Formats: sequence, structure tokens, C-alpha cells
Amino acid sequence: MESVEGAARTLPSIGRLSRGPPFGRAQGRFGLSPSGRLLPPAPRSQENVDPQQTAFLLRKQWTLYSVTPLYRFSGARLRDYGRLLGAFIAAEKQKGLAVEVGVELDIKVAVSSLPDLRGSDQDQAAVLVQLSSRSSASRKNSEEKLLWSGWFCCVSGDDLSERVPEDFTCLPLFLANGAESYTSIVGSWFQKTFDCCFRRLAISPLNLSWMAAMWTGCKVDKTASALELVFSVPSLPQPLDILYAIHPEDAKDLWDTVQKTPGEITQEEVDVFMDCLYSHFHRHFKIRLSATKLVKVSTAIASAHCDGFIKFLQSQYLTGVLMLLTELAISQIQ
Amino acid sequence: MQRRQSSKTPKQPLQGHHENQTDLSAWRKGGRIDPGKSVQNIQSPNDQKNDSKQDSLEQALSYFAKVQDRVSLKNNSVLQKHLTTVESIALQRGLPPEGFDVLLNVALSGKLADTVNTRLLKSLVPASVIPETSVISSVSWLCVSKCSGNIQLLFLRWLITVFDFIDRKEQLHALYGFFFSFLQDEKMCPYVCHLLYLLTRKESVKPFRIRRLLDLQAKMGMQSHLQALLSLYKLFCPELVTITLPGKMKTYFKSSEGPWKAAINTVRRRNQENSLVSQPLFLGTAQPQSRKRKWNTQLIIPASSTNKNNLEENREKNHVDLYSTSESFPVEQLQTFPQLLQNIHCLEFPSQMGSVLTNPLLLHYMNCIKDESVYLRLYYWMGQTLQEECTWCVADNNQYEEEFKDFLETVYKTECFLQEGFSSCEEFLYKSLPLWDGFCCRSQILKLVSWIPLSSSSEMKSHLYDPLAQLFFTSSLYFKCSVLETLKELLQNWLNWHMIHLDSEFESEVYSLNTTLSGLVNVVAELIHFVGWISTVALRLENNATFLLYFILDFYETVCDMYLRYNLPLLIMPPAGVFYPALLSMDSVSLNQLCYIMYRYRTNLVAAKENELSKKKTLQFKFSSQIYQEYNQYIIAMVGCLWTSRAFQKDIHPQGLRMDDELLKKTAVQEFRTSFNIVYHPAMMGYAVLFLQQAWPDDTTFDLSLIKGKRWNWYLEYLYAQGLKGLKVFIESSINRVSQASHSKAGNVQV
Repeated sequence: MESVEGAARTLPSIGRLSRGPPFGRAQGRFGLSPSGRLLPPAPRSQENVDPQQTAFLLRKQWTLYSVTPLYRFSGARLRDYGRLLGAFIAAEKQKGLAVEVGVELDIKVAVSSLPDLRGSDQDQAAVLVQLSSRSSASRKNSEEKLLWSGWFCCVSGDDLSERVPEDFTCLPLFLANGAESYTSIVGSWFQKTFDCCFRRLAISPLNLSWMAAMWTGCKVDKTASALELVFSVPSLPQPLDILYAIHPEDAKDLWDTVQKTPGEITQEEVDVFMDCLYSHFHRHFKIRLSATKLVKVSTAIASAHCDGFIKFLQSQYLTGVLMLLTELAISQIQ
Repeated sequence: MQRRQSSKTPKQPLQGHHENQTDLSAWRKGGRIDPGKSVQNIQSPNDQKNDSKQDSLEQALSYFAKVQDRVSLKNNSVLQKHLTTVESIALQRGLPPEGFDVLLNVALSGKLADTVNTRLLKSLVPASVIPETSVISSVSWLCVSKCSGNIQLLFLRWLITVFDFIDRKEQLHALYGFFFSFLQDEKMCPYVCHLLYLLTRKESVKPFRIRRLLDLQAKMGMQSHLQALLSLYKLFCPELVTITLPGKMKTYFKSSEGPWKAAINTVRRRNQENSLVSQPLFLGTAQPQSRKRKWNTQLIIPASSTNKNNLEENREKNHVDLYSTSESFPVEQLQTFPQLLQNIHCLEFPSQMGSVLTNPLLLHYMNCIKDESVYLRLYYWMGQTLQEECTWCVADNNQYEEEFKDFLETVYKTECFLQEGFSSCEEFLYKSLPLWDGFCCRSQILKLVSWIPLSSSSEMKSHLYDPLAQLFFTSSLYFKCSVLETLKELLQNWLNWHMIHLDSEFESEVYSLNTTLSGLVNVVAELIHFVGWISTVALRLENNATFLLYFILDFYETVCDMYLRYNLPLLIMPPAGVFYPALLSMDSVSLNQLCYIMYRYRTNLVAAKENELSKKKTLQFKFSSQIYQEYNQYIIAMVGCLWTSRAFQKDIHPQGLRMDDELLKKTAVQEFRTSFNIVYHPAMMGYAVLFLQQAWPDDTTFDLSLIKGKRWNWYLEYLYAQGLKGLKVFIESSINRVSQASHSKAGNVQV
């Protein structure tokens, strides 16, 4: 699988999508992972994020999707989109009955913008979609229960956004929380309306080990929780998972000895870090973790699962994590 | 709401009637109104018979125009007679346009009994067209409710069935509101919905109408006719209403065809008129849903539906001008090529570009629109779909191989239609070929390979040639042949592309900046070298199988003609590993093919040389002397093998046939110096024996050495007659026959 999802970093130049032959296109699109990444510039980008505004994104499990650029999406018309999507959901739920757009419905749809969630000015502001139910009894009290939420975002996605024409909006990462039936309806509506494609975004073991290393190096104020790695042993009749928990300070110490240039991480450093953890484990348990598959990484910053789930735990590192996820999403859509 | 009924008298009294007469006789002749000619008819007996019918129809119409209230059918033989006349003529030949006004007026005015009205309505079969005015006046009858409910229903059904026969529809559209008000009537509602469905235009869709329909829906529940009308409204104004139709719906309206459809068809067949066929209703949303496991997989190619993402502009427009006609033509309604031509200025691409794959009309449109975003939208959709659905890259997908095959097939057909490859496809192939087993969806994948666009050589090598070579060497003979076939098509597609863009080089930017001719030449050369290499290896692996050799030589048939046929300054000779197995093949087909190829090489090289010499300006591209040298080496070997029997002495190719006389002597072949030519060549010896048999049936010695001198020439003619055309053109072009007598001295021509 590795080579399939192997990171493709650059978009083909748009010119060659028309009829010309693809001479002189960017090289190495189907090749390797980047050999190095810059560390998420945590302290800087946190300045403009109000922790209050993004608090509701924390400690929830989000399912990850990649989304191709939205065609003719306008950030100025979110309210309209909300009305249309609301009617669409109602129509989908009662197949065959027509629904007027804009009337009060059982499910309220709010489409809004999260302007703080972006890495640079080139990034499109994140878009939040929330579905909540209006209980008919207490309509007056406007008591609403959140049923489902999802958001599109792009943190430092210049790679992609600089290359698509004006008609397209790059919000390559989509995160959903709630019943999949709603994800399906909302996703279909976006696909139909903005001619985009949603795909589940799995995280490869390689990228999980990147996360483990990157997040270990991050400073957290409070007493941090352990670095937890979950491995699954392949080819067994019964599934067998191995949980490997490391005290955060030990992990940090190890990482500090591995990392050479502050602010930058290389693939080699990540490999060394993981190899150290593996050999330590082998010394004690005589199990070679390198022969198993890394399926989950949890740290104080966030926890990520290979099937494409993420849980954010620290609001100050939110954009940093999103930046990495945006990169993965972009590599999946091109 | 409408004028009072009493004022409704037949519009044209006696004079009008007189006019009808001329018109009617015109209609009789050919079904078309041509008053000028009707006077000078020369009547045949048959015509006279028709004339009597004609007269009786005219009498009947004038009777119905003047008929008074409440004539009973039973006691009135006159009425019976006229009614029968109308019925029989209508069913046989259809009614003329002028008849409808009279008959509709009487049938809907309630003057006569319902049985008569029913019979009249049922006989309203148009011979050509129905005048809009007669329909308009009958609608006003409908509004004053003079006739019974059953007659009203029958009229509506009739109107739906003959809708396409109405000559103009502008005024009918103006009555949209009247029809809409009939929705209240529960019995009429389904038919009125159907009629409105036929009449609705974008400007007919109004919020108050939507609200009325939704009220009806709330009252009557889910009704297919309401669904149909509402989904049409949604089509025009998605910002006002939305509906999701259940997947399995097939019909939205009860059949209204009633008694007319068959009669109309009969009449039309009889009149040999290509009048309009009422088109089947078309709802783009009614595509059956395929079983699917994930919501976001779109292997189902989306149905074409209007891009509804222009709400803002539309809404603004509504504020400004409520009666503006719709400016864009909905893609759902695009069904014929003439429609495409008429609406090409106001056509919009569907909301999901993927749907163009199954819509040839939109592909035509795409071909003439130079819009980057069109290709980009398709690129993203196709790229994601291919990756998501790939049966060998994604686990658990293998059960959907058939679906995936169909999809790949559709993509391939689209590429053929557009005559260009999709870059999303190319990337998919590059990503998935290294993982491909060479078996799954084989023919589809190989077809897609043939449409890979030209790209820089480093990419081709690592992404295409390397994985393909691995599969090639480890797979069956048939796989090898299909790969060679694919690469031939790939080469031809590139060359065609080059030809097309050579013409338009200056007028468009298509020849992008880094697409230099030398770049193109390099990429093409690399492909040819690649094929040369795998062919050499494959011939060894497969023991020079004739089948394989055929495909290899087929590839070189394109290669040898690139200079003249495709205007590409490049020629590459086949490697020795291909040339010698073909030359020494046991099979005359291969040898003949090789002869043809060498003849074309010669023609191309000669043309190139002439061009070089004649043009004063220095050409950017010149063939290197190496290619001439290679050609000459091969030609020496060929002439030696086929003509002079001196291949073993003369062949100078390092991998050639040169052998010492000492060695040749050991073979114990007598007269080895004259024993390898067109007569003794293993692929030809069979012909030589047959030739001897036919020429000298009595001679049983089969002395092949008899074929010389004059007989040599006869033998050549015999070979040409056997269909060895390649050999013919080769010998005629490349062998300089100095003297007919001493053929063994014939030399080769060096270019």
C-alpha cells in the first residue's frame, strides 16, 4: 500500500490538463514521502486562534476525508447553502416528498465560517456545518440538540491552492463527527453542488510514526499523558493488539537526543526514534514491533488512528496537527 | 375569468366554412395545406372516391358547426350519419387542422349527449397539425364547465397525447395559470400535472405555485404526478424547492394515450409524414441506484443534471424581471444533436462533470469548449474514482471487478471519442501498474495505456516501461502480443497527436512551451527502443513464435513510415534480434511483412535524403548516417538471403549471418554458394515446390535448381500472384536487376 499512497506533493501544472502533452511537468509525483518536514510553527500560529472558539473541536473523534477542490463555492453564501442543504436533508429523509427551501424543518442546518482555522492568508477560511434537531415540543425555547457536525479546512495548503484556477476553492480536509448517514447526505450534497469528491483519508503507519515523533517533541503545560502506540500483529487467527505506552518525559528525552536541527524533522530522525523504541521493546519482550503494523498513536497533543480518525486534545496545537492532515489530504487528491 | 359562454359561437360562420372547403381538398392531396394547387387537381377514380368522403366530411363538419342544443342520438339519423363519417375518416386518415375548432367546440359545449361528445373527442386524430387557436378556445370551454367531468378528463388526456401536434404553443403557455387552477380538482389533478409538466418553463416556476403544490402534497400524500411536476420545478429553481425521488420509480404519469395513440400512428404511417413523435418523459434524477457500499463512491457515473450553483444570479434576476425567460438550456433536456446546435450558446455543463462520460452530446460540447475548469473538474472526479475503485489497489474491492471493468471501458471509449488521454487516467496507471497482476481487467487497462499522453522520458521509464516489462517477461505469449498491440496503438496515438498539432502549432498554445519537437522525437524514440528491446527478449523466450513475430512486425509497420506518414523526422531500424528472426522465419507471412517494412524504410529514407539535398536551408533535423548504415547492412543481408545466395559471405552486420566457407562446407550442403535464395529460403521452399509441380506436373524430381533464368522470372510472377505483395515491392524497389540473364549478379541499392 505504501507506494500507492506514497505522497505525491505537487499538482500537475494545469496547462497540461488541457490537450497538450505533459512535458515538463513536476517530477516525482508518484514517489516517496518528503524526506523532511518543518515542525508546525506552534507558538506563532496560536496567537490568532481564540481557544474558546475552537474548544468544541477538542476531545471528539473526527472521521477524516479528503475533498477535491470545490467548484464555484463562495464563502459569502454560507447562509444560502445552509437553507438548501436543510431542504435537501429533509427531502432525502422523506424520499419522494418535495420540500420547500427555507421553511422551518425538523433538522436545522447551520453553515458558518471558522476564520481562525487557517495557516496562512492564502488558505480559505474553514467552513463548519452543524445539524441540530429542533424538538417540536420546545420549539419556542429554541432548545437545539447537536446531531452532527463536520468541517472543511485547509491549513497551509498552498501547494494545492496556488495551482487551481479561481473558480475552485481548496478545502482539502473534511472532518466529520456524528452518524454516518448524515455524513453521507451532507457529503452527497456537496458532491452534487460543488462537483467535488470525498474520500476517506487513511493514515499510513509511516505517517503515524511521523505523528508520534512530532507530537512527542511538543511542549505541553500540564502533566502530559503518556505516548501510547498501538500495534496490530498481522496474519494471526485472532486479532492481537500490542499497546506500548511510554512516559512522556522519557519519550521527550529520547526525541531530544535524536533530533538535530530544532524546528525541522527528517525522515531519518523519525526512523531512528522509532527504532530506539522498538529495540527497547525487543530487549524486554523479545517481540519485534517493526514486523507489526502501527495502527494508533496517542499523545497529549492528539490521537490518530490508521483508519482515518483523529482526536484533538490541545487547542494550541490544533492548527499544527491540521497542517499535517491537510498535507496528507492534498497528497491523496492528486 | 373567462368570457361568458353565450358569446361563444362558431368563430367562422358560412364564409369560414367556404374557406374550409378549399383547405380540405388540399389536405386530401398530401396532408398539407396548399390552397393554390387544390384547384387544378386532375382526379383519378380513386380521387373521386376520396372526394365523396371529402364531401361527407365537409357536410359533417358544417352540421356540427350549426348543431343546436340537445339533439338526441337515438332519434336522429342525420347526427348518426355525420358522427360515423367523422369517426371513420378520422381513424383512417386523420382530421385536417380546420376540423378541430368545430369538433372541439361542439364536444366541449355540452350541447350534445356525453356519448356523442366522447365519440367526437375520441376521433380527434390529427392528420398534420392542430391549430393552437382551437386548443385555446376549448380551454375556455373547460373553464366554464359546460361539459361533464368525464368529458373534461377525456379532453385533457387528448391534449396530453396530441401535445406535440399543436402548431404553436405561445398562447397555450399564457394559459399556464388556468391549467394550474385545475389542480384543485382531484380527478383532473394527475392529468393536469402531466400537462403542466409538458408546459412548464423556467419562468412558470413561482414560489406561490410551489407552495400550492406542496399543500396538495400535504393533502394527498406522495403522488407520482406531483413528484414529477415538483422535480421539474426543482430542476428549474433548485433554490426554491427540493425533492429526492425514490430510486425505483419508473413512470410518473398514467398513460394518457387512450384511444388516440394507435390511430395517430396509423394515420402517420398512412400519410408518410415524419411528424413529431411525442418524446418519452425524461427525468434525469430517475436513475436506478446501483447497490453500493459506501456513500462517497461514485462508480455510478452521475446523471447529467443542471448546474444549480448559480442561485445568486438567478435570484437577482427574479427580482429585476419576473418574466425573463430562462437563459440557460438545462442539460437534462439535451437529447438530440440539433438541440445541441441550437442551444450551444446557452448550454451549461452539468453540476457533476463525471456525467459527461455517458453523454456523447456533452462530449461534443466539451470538445469545442476550451475551458480549463471543465478538464480540472473531470480530472479530480476521475482520479478519485479510479483510485477508490481500483480492484487491485484497494482491499475488498475485488468483488466489484465487473463494475470497475465497465467503468474503465467507459473511460476508454470517452478517450477514443475525444481522441485524447485523460491525465487522471495516466496518473492512475502510473500508480497502479506496479501493483497490477497483469490479469485483472487486462484488456481495459491495456486499452487505457494506449491513450497515455506523451510525457517526459524519465517518467515513462520508471512508471510505465519498467512495470510493463516485468509483467511482459513473466506472462503468457498472448499477454505479450496484447502488450505489443497496445504499444503500437500508443505510438499511433502519439503520432496522430503530433500530426494534428503540427497543423495548429502556430494558432494555439497547445504545443506548450517545453513541447519541442526534439522532446517529442526523444520520447517516441524511447518507446521504439523499448519495444525493440522487449521484442528481442520475447522472441528468444518464445522460440521465435510466428504469432509473436506478427505483432512485433506490425509495430514496425508504423515505425518504418513515421517520416512520410506522420511527418516526424525520426526513423529507427528494428534491432538485429527482431530483424534476423523475421528474415530467417520459417513462415512466408513474416518474411513478406519484413520485405514490406524494408521497402517502406527505403521509401522514407530516400525521401529524407532528397529533402535534405533539395532544401537549401539547413534542416533542424537530419537523419544520422548511422540509420543509413544500419539500413544498408540489413539490405545486404536480405538481398543475400533472397537473391544472391551470398548472405553468408556478404553479411557485415556484427550479429549477422556471416560464416566461414570452412564452416559452411561442414554442413555438407552442396553448392552452398548458390543455395540460399528466394527458392531455397525455408519460408519459400514450399512455394518453389508447388511452382515446379504446377509448371511441370510430369517432373517428379523436384529439382529446385531448375528455377533460374526465364523460370526465375516466372517463379517471381508466381510468388506475386500468391499474394506476397511485400516481397514484390521489396524486390522491385531494392534489387537492381542488371541483366535479366545473369540474375545472380543482381546487386542491392544502397541509399
